[in-house]
Amino acid sequence: MVTTTPTAPALALPAAHGSCPFDPPPAYDQAARQGAVTPAELPDGAFCWLVTGHQEVRTVLSDPRFSADARHPGFPFLTPGRRALAVTNPSFIRMDDPEHARLRRMVTKDFLVHRVDAMRPGIQRIVDETIDRMTAAGTGADLVTDFALPVPSLVICLLLGVPYEDHELFQAQSRTLLDNRATPAEVEAAQRGLTGYLTELAARKRSHPADDMLSRLAAREDVSPAEIAATGLLLLVAGHETTANMTALSTVALLRRPEQAARLRADPELLRGAVEELLRYLTIVQSGLPRVAVEDVELGGTLVRAGQGVLAMLSTANRDERLFGAPGEGAADELEVSRDARRHLAFGFGVHQCLGQPLARAELQIALETLLRRLPGLRITVPEDELVFRGHSVVYGVDSLPVAW
Amino acid sequence: MQVILDQDRCCSSGQCVLTAPEVFGQSDEDGLVTLRRARPEPGLYPDVRLAAVLCPGGAITVEEATGTP
Ligand code: SF4
Repeated sequence: MVTTTPTAPALALPAAHGSCPFDPPPAYDQAARQGAVTPAELPDGAFCWLVTGHQEVRTVLSDPRFSADARHPGFPFLTPGRRALAVTNPSFIRMDDPEHARLRRMVTKDFLVHRVDAMRPGIQRIVDETIDRMTAAGTGADLVTDFALPVPSLVICLLLGVPYEDHELFQAQSRTLLDNRATPAEVEAAQRGLTGYLTELAARKRSHPADDMLSRLAAREDVSPAEIAATGLLLLVAGHETTANMTALSTVALLRRPEQAARLRADPELLRGAVEELLRYLTIVQSGLPRVAVEDVELGGTLVRAGQGVLAMLSTANRDERLFGAPGEGAADELEVSRDARRHLAFGFGVHQCLGQPLARAELQIALETLLRRLPGLRITVPEDELVFRGHSVVYGVDSLPVAW
Repeated sequence: MQVILDQDRCCSSGQCVLTAPEVFGQSDEDGLVTLRRARPEPGLYPDVRLAAVLCPGGAITVEEATGTP
């Protein structure tokens, strides 16, 4: 049966986290248990569908009847700041094909699996040097500012051709862009700041090209300065914030379950699979990927009308018992490093699926393996309830992580 | 088993290369998926099937010959 009229009051978005910092908000979990598609209400009062099932999330993200173009009326925004961001100078994540493919394909070459594999020794060097610096400075550190954030920032700076000396500027502005509490004016200011910075940098690269992505983009005739800046901004922000938060949060998750960390230390072969499991279990883009239906679509027994917004919830899809609850592997809500988690949707799905995933995987594998190996006594030095989790950000994580070794 | 690619739908995510590197490659030229062998050996079937499921663009089609396990 196809239902069109909601029978229960719509779920208010965004929902708050519960007691476990790694679980999706309990309200989403509950919605997922009741059905794959649930009526919900955005903070501005607009109606939207919360899509929680694994198969339905895959459909939303891969079916062209759902658009990623934020200029469509009905496109769901969780905050006024996100509306401001999507409308002023959108990057290709807020476009549909063929516009999206034209811009995305200009940068795919740099993230190919064999290219990223060739970068592994360089990433290993960055990880080792960062740990050297951290351990030389004392017996304790903040794992976020001293390790999790610098490693991916250094890597993406190298790849894009952004001077790492400017990291405080782009890290602070990135955080504002992703902060749900930021006002539209603050988001716009951060976007203007980063766009201006990248436009200027690209102009310099045009006259003095180097062997990096921004230089290659700047040298092209078929891409406008605004498109270069928007693409550079997307890669810079996505390239460091996501991996930084995955690294810090993965460390918390592993230290909380010492037996899982011990298995990884004993058998580094498990590491590749463990990274997939951590991606599944933590799903750091927790607030869902927004789309708007451009035609009527039947989804999981519900009729989604043209012009209605949907939020594809990667976090609940990745806890779908139908896929991730095989006997002997632990329930979907458990972290189980030897689980086959490869069908997770932490990188999204469809043509917008994360372009940097080979790089993200390489960084996480190298960072976590090295951290566990080189710091066998690694421990968190504050009580767990003092850790501040970033429920207010597009990218979930932990604000600061005091550790000793 | 026969593997068929639709390069137009490829978004260069690299999932296929990570899952079945014996069968899929990525072009250095434009980043799009390439086929290293169209008729993989039976030992590779599970990986190839998984690669088709994981492909975000729906660029991989696997035609199973009748009678294949
Ligand atoms: S998984 Fe699909 S979209 Fe990704 S590179 Fe392979 S063929 Fe292309």
